[in-house]
Amino acid sequence: MPVDTATPPDDIAGADQEFLYTLNFGPQHPATHTTLRLILTLDGETIVNAVPDIGYLHSGFEKLGEDLDFNQYVTVVDRMNYISPFGNECAWFTTVEKLLGIEITPRCKYIRVILAELARISDHLLCVGAAALDLGALTAFLYAFNAREKIYNVMESSSGQRFHPSYARVGGLMADISDDVVALIRDFVKTFPKVHSDIVRLLNRNRIFLDRTKGIGVLSKEDAISYSCSGPVARASGVVRDLRKDEPYLAYKELSGAFKIVCGKGGDCYNRYLVRMGEMLESWKIIHAAVENLPTGPVNVDLNDKLTIPDKNATYRSIEGLIQHFELFMWNRRWETPVEEVYGANETANGELGFYLVADGTGKAFRARTRPPSFIHFAVFPLMIEGHQISDVPAVLGSLNIIAAELDR
Amino acid sequence: MPYLDTLNANFAGAFTTSAFRDNARVLIDAERATKVLFPLLKCLKEECGFNFLTELGGIDYLGYEGATDRFCVVYGLTNLTTGDRLWVKAFANDPSPELPSAVELWRGADWMEREVYDMYGVRFTGHPDLRRILMPSEYTAYPLRKDYPLRGHGERHNFPTVTRADS
Amino acid sequence: MALTNLLPDFLIAPLDYLANMARKHSLWPMPFATACCGIELMATASSRYDVARFGSEAMRFSPRQCDVMIVAGRVAMKMVPVMQRIWLQMPEPKWCISMGACASSGGVFDTYAVVQGIDRFIPVDVYVPGCPPRPEQLIRSIIDLQEKIQRTGTIDAREFASRTAYEGPTALARELGAEEAIVAPGDYNTATRMRSLPLV
Repeated sequence: MPVDTATPPDDIAGADQEFLYTLNFGPQHPATHTTLRLILTLDGETIVNAVPDIGYLHSGFEKLGEDLDFNQYVTVVDRMNYISPFGNECAWFTTVEKLLGIEITPRCKYIRVILAELARISDHLLCVGAAALDLGALTAFLYAFNAREKIYNVMESSSGQRFHPSYARVGGLMADISDDVVALIRDFVKTFPKVHSDIVRLLNRNRIFLDRTKGIGVLSKEDAISYSCSGPVARASGVVRDLRKDEPYLAYKELSGAFKIVCGKGGDCYNRYLVRMGEMLESWKIIHAAVENLPTGPVNVDLNDKLTIPDKNATYRSIEGLIQHFELFMWNRRWETPVEEVYGANETANGELGFYLVADGTGKAFRARTRPPSFIHFAVFPLMIEGHQISDVPAVLGSLNIIAAELDR
Repeated sequence: MPYLDTLNANFAGAFTTSAFRDNARVLIDAERATKVLFPLLKCLKEECGFNFLTELGGIDYLGYEGATDRFCVVYGLTNLTTGDRLWVKAFANDPSPELPSAVELWRGADWMEREVYDMYGVRFTGHPDLRRILMPSEYTAYPLRKDYPLRGHGERHNFPTVTRADS
Repeated sequence: MALTNLLPDFLIAPLDYLANMARKHSLWPMPFATACCGIELMATASSRYDVARFGSEAMRFSPRQCDVMIVAGRVAMKMVPVMQRIWLQMPEPKWCISMGACASSGGVFDTYAVVQGIDRFIPVDVYVPGCPPRPEQLIRSIIDLQEKIQRTGTIDAREFASRTAYEGPTALARELGAEEAIVAPGDYNTATRMRSLPLV
């Protein structure tokens, strides 16, 4: 049963606190899925105080960003929010292309939108499935993973890697997508509503699931703003902000008729679950609209701009292509960037993923600061869990969708 | 820009501005930052409507072309009503880089400031709980500083090994 | 009974053989999943790949119930004492699969915080390449481990007792100069105690 969080029991603050005890939760725990640690102070089973301890997966992503060039860093960016890698790539290249002043081609915009929305669906599927798994509903997890395998197939046949596609490049993509990929996407569009309704029917009226998510981990709108929340976590609390509508990037301006922003009011775990389920359907509409209106034409900006890697044909058969390939890969050549700094952000599955890129003219980032949504959302966790039972910890963690690689970088 | 008028009226001469692409920036140099930064952020939040702290990150400008101050903390503010963004850059210098904490204004600044402290050693005065967040608390270096090598000084291998017979 | 026609009435085999056969077909993994590879580990366990076909579906998050630790994902400096502690908590006979490039060698993360291969700190039996490895590769590694168990295992696990020497790559810590006296958390017994580097 949810405990009233608004009025903390006043006997705890002043009275003898010897009855409180401390429980270490993690860093290796089935409900955390990844590596995070909580130090919980408990009164019986009620959580009085929670202190998160993070950094168990800190790998120096941002330091690597200063060592690798714009195209190389995509492999590392992929591994940030590893359940929706393509969304991260889009955010990184939005920033880089803003710095270099590149306007990518319409076809590339549409392909990036389709793959980013597929990534969003796969992120939400895993989040919902794993949250349900933690609350004891295994079947939803299996259904979700089955649908994710379809998305993996799309990623694999377009880029060659099923998990971390590393598909985007400065000014375009590694390669154009083939008709087979379009057919796979169409197939996914056709089958996804069934999966969605399966999960909805398994969970939406499931008494146990409802009891363990409704009224748990409530985040008010004021707190959501004060704690810098974004994405589904903020929208479930009633903050109407979605960069896809507010600052349209890629092809979202043209596609804005195809989707709506999904918002909740309650700000509890159930609302966050509903927002994620709703967003999946909106993403499905975007993919449907985008794949049917996919423009023809090149995916990379003009070769003469000296910005994109030429394809193999141009590299091996023309001297210009060879020179450009050489220039972009030489240690001391690469891109000529302005000595400036720029912030670019995309709405990824978890929220606003932004990069603050400081360039020093060498084609590498001088500083590649990430605005990680997971990091910011996990800071709210102590506020959300206070006053709840220890069994609510997995529910709140699952609804926040904390990805440790993005949390710690 | 309406916020510039308000800032000019309250903090004339204390800041400079610059812009690149769609990023409008307000810069405060190291000498003034400790005093001006907090009132300026407060003014932006309360009078100009920048009520959302999007981002707070550190930069080390050691060896950067044209840089005069070493450390910089970037505050990304958003006006949720109009959707405007503004970047406030406050600088700090060695040997003891210090800036006022923004936790009073935005509670989300708590962890982000701890991260900047962890990575750059910039101290935020008035922060309720300023300690390392990502690196182990025994760690002595500030890894994102430009004078710290990418591969570290070997801390990553400073552990005992477990053999089969041990276990 | 039909079964009696198929099976002999009695079986003569070394006890080692029987123990190995029983062990290898019921490996219980301890998913030490830290990063991306953990998601592929989940994919391996779920519907399409179904690792239950190889007797390894019983994922136990308590190290005391497990036979094989699957280290999936990079291990950061802060995580090494935790990993060693969990490894020591597992009862023998136990094996370790290092899944993915990061766990095996650090992968793309050659940075200050990431351990360059877990085999520097705990014994590893099977390495799985890939970033992350496909589920098929993980399944192959389980089959390989089964073969290894069948080939080398003994009923009282005495094959481990003789392996007293460190088997990993050359330790890097000694390559440091004397002036760089650094401290980092290093002791798995306390998990947090400071350990200063032995000065050369």
